[in-house]
Amino acid sequence: MYNVIIIGAGIVGSSIARELSKYDLKVCILEKQVDVAMGTTKANSAIVHAGFDAKPNTIKAKLNVMGNSMFDLLSEELDFPFKRNGSLVLCFHENDMDKLLLLKEQGEKNGVPNLEIISGKALCDMEPNISQNAVAALYAPTGGIVCPYEMTLALSENAYENGVEFFFENKVIDISAIDNKYKVITNKDEYLGEVIINAAGIYSDEINNMISSESLKIIPRRGEYCVFDKSVGNMISKTIFQLPSKLGKGVLVTPTVDGNLLVGPNAVNQDDKEDFATTLEGLENILKTASESIKYMPMNLIINSFSGLRARTEKDDFIISEVKDAIGFINVVGIESPGLTSAPAIAKVVCDMVIKKIPTEIKNNFNPIRKGILKFREMPLDQLQVKIEEDPRYGNIVCRCETISEGEIIDAIHRPLGAKTLDGVKFRTRAGMGRCQSGFCASRILDILARELRKDQLEITKFGRESRILTCKNKELI
Amino acid sequence: MREGVCMQEFDLVIIGGGPAGLAAAIAAKKEGVDSILLLEREMRLGGILNQCIHNGFGLHYFKEELTGPEYAQKFIDELTTLGIECKLSTMVIDITQEKQVTAVNMEEGILIIKAKTIILAMGCREKTRGAINIPGCRCAGIYTAGAAQKYVNIEGLMPGRKVVVLGSGDIGLIMARRMTLEGGEVKAVFELMPYSTGLKRNIVQCLDDYGIPVRYNHTIIDIKGRDRLEGVTAVKVDENRHPIKGTEEYIACDTLLLSVGLIPENELSKKAGVELSPITGGAVVNEDMETNTPGIFSCGNVLHVHDLADNVSVESEIAGKSAARYLNGRIYKTIYHGVIGGEGIRYTVPQKMNLDVVENYVEIRFRVNNIFINSYISVYFDNKRILHIRKRILSPGEMESIKLTRNLIGLNSDFSDILIKIEKE
Repeated sequence: MYNVIIIGAGIVGSSIARELSKYDLKVCILEKQVDVAMGTTKANSAIVHAGFDAKPNTIKAKLNVMGNSMFDLLSEELDFPFKRNGSLVLCFHENDMDKLLLLKEQGEKNGVPNLEIISGKALCDMEPNISQNAVAALYAPTGGIVCPYEMTLALSENAYENGVEFFFENKVIDISAIDNKYKVITNKDEYLGEVIINAAGIYSDEINNMISSESLKIIPRRGEYCVFDKSVGNMISKTIFQLPSKLGKGVLVTPTVDGNLLVGPNAVNQDDKEDFATTLEGLENILKTASESIKYMPMNLIINSFSGLRARTEKDDFIISEVKDAIGFINVVGIESPGLTSAPAIAKVVCDMVIKKIPTEIKNNFNPIRKGILKFREMPLDQLQVKIEEDPRYGNIVCRCETISEGEIIDAIHRPLGAKTLDGVKFRTRAGMGRCQSGFCASRILDILARELRKDQLEITKFGRESRILTCKNKELI
Repeated sequence: MREGVCMQEFDLVIIGGGPAGLAAAIAAKKEGVDSILLLEREMRLGGILNQCIHNGFGLHYFKEELTGPEYAQKFIDELTTLGIECKLSTMVIDITQEKQVTAVNMEEGILIIKAKTIILAMGCREKTRGAINIPGCRCAGIYTAGAAQKYVNIEGLMPGRKVVVLGSGDIGLIMARRMTLEGGEVKAVFELMPYSTGLKRNIVQCLDDYGIPVRYNHTIIDIKGRDRLEGVTAVKVDENRHPIKGTEEYIACDTLLLSVGLIPENELSKKAGVELSPITGGAVVNEDMETNTPGIFSCGNVLHVHDLADNVSVESEIAGKSAARYLNGRIYKTIYHGVIGGEGIRYTVPQKMNLDVVENYVEIRFRVNNIFINSYISVYFDNKRILHIRKRILSPGEMESIKLTRNLIGLNSDFSDILIKIEKE
């Protein structure tokens, strides 16, 4: 029997789990995929929004600004990359200056600090590579960039270290109320919990509808992105937005916290929740639109593209509430942008809701610190020498493009909630994210996974389920 | 000086122990350079040849028909006999403009090596799905042809059963045959251009001989598959390489092999301040294979992507000999004739030449930018045409070369630039 069962190990579920793990509660997370962060969490703009974009007096606005302010401490405690690089919203026409000023006002209402309008030489000096057509910009110094999956891993590992249990490849298929508890049935097992937290992303409507007569509907809204080589990662230093439209924040151009350049997203509704394909029109669209923000788009330096699905509801605001006809069932639904930014704040809010229901105390042995995987590429040479003498596998470079050693990959596999797939290694270490996109290292990583997990090479998958890399031995098809 | 970090000095450091590095090392040693260190990231020498188990290597160089590993082994044996020092499983992570090389391996940890000369022989990497931005799903089952070749030829494991190949470059053609021989079903090879970008003999020996269709003027615009690849959408393209609406066709498959281009791997070269050509992706060099940085040389696929390992060996010997001459105090050349690719020429290597001292001849390698039938390779010294060679077929997929003999240069000494172009008459 669990005090709390969290459904979904994305940024929201993991944030809530880590927050709850501060308390003397028996908590578990049920995740249908083989790893954390495999849904929307790994496929978004990775921006920690300043908060000027959200409508005042909405939950989004409140939690955006609150969440934003929590990132410094969190990234330090949990050792994930975060940088407050600042945001610029570009205005291309004098006629639109009033829109820019409204955005500033809105930000100020929301409590966003230090907003200012920048133009002319000051704008040019700040960002020499933005388009000449930009007449002015709203500058938000509290905007930041983060690595959303590394953050989720950090939160999850810390939650796990502090007692939260994780059950992967457990897809929730039914929830029923029994006495004043809930029975959650997955494809693998049954779990009993006092409080259920629905953080199931684009499937949170289906989870809600299993238990509540007030049904919810998620409209998946696809956003496509292009990632560029690190050699152009410092083309700009701030996150560059264009004035927002009805569909959302629009196409941005941003450095990523790891040093690449990221362009996107578009916003296209779709029905299929399993379809993460990018489209010809979508990619052309984002590249064309983003070209308006910067002097040149280094098209020959695209290294990858991807798409993510936002979990939109008709409500246009976060739904964070206990279900009226299911006491103890807390919905955390419709967490689209600024969901990532708001996640630490959402966690606090939800945690407060939980401890109001279940009397408990703060653990005295809660350890807030989590150390990430050592990064060969960031270590000074003399420290590296010591590390390699201690563990020679740190001297075996596996991913040439990103300079990732075997030692790091083995850490990724064997640490709590360790990697079991190629993507699992990729998201924990960055091996495979470079310009050759794992052309060089995939076979090596596959071998390491097979060896460390004592599996046959043929069993290793890209991201779980049926995504096997290899089919059979040579000649078996003849 | 850091405690623990190993510092060494060598006259010549060669980065890469594939066909280029091997030939360069041997040539330098034979010219009297003893202090040589060859750094190779794999656990054996041979480079990409180790996985090229098909034959066709050495037809020119050894007048024998060898497989990739056999070709490499001849050089490895000679290197061993000559006692040239190598470090295997060693990855170079930095080179400075002052020719300081930083490398790392499991046994010794961090190595800092001061070199008097460096030969860049790092080879190339494959262009990826991401780089050509094919939309669609990001499922398992999509490989670059070379990566698939490694699984099949080195690991003995099949990437998949039903295969589609995008790109008629040599690696794609070789892998189409390879997968067929292992029992796979290769449904088609799609090629964006109206001609093959690989060697003609591979079209015959890999596709025609196995009944594998090649569809020119086609590309792939969608990839479908939830976890593993289920199919691709191919489409015909017009003369501007744009998809023609209405010609889409869906082909069920579980494996997509990409043979869509090779990119010289010059990340380290950039760190050393070496000037790169935007057309070849490799260093700008003179007839000695010397880059703009005195004492840093480049050869093989990292300089420009070759079709034949035999040519890599010849080119790399020049680099090795040049490094030896440099170490013997040869003065760095500053005055050059430009080597210019005119009409019909995509690029030349070298891009500049100093012809004051020519032993027998200098060789200019080049690629054409289109298919030319019954045309002429013409070489001009400024406005004077000095060579006019008829060729039945010229193709972008087959590297060409011309030799300028000492006599020819001697007879026409006063000129500024060398122009190569393709002429109809």
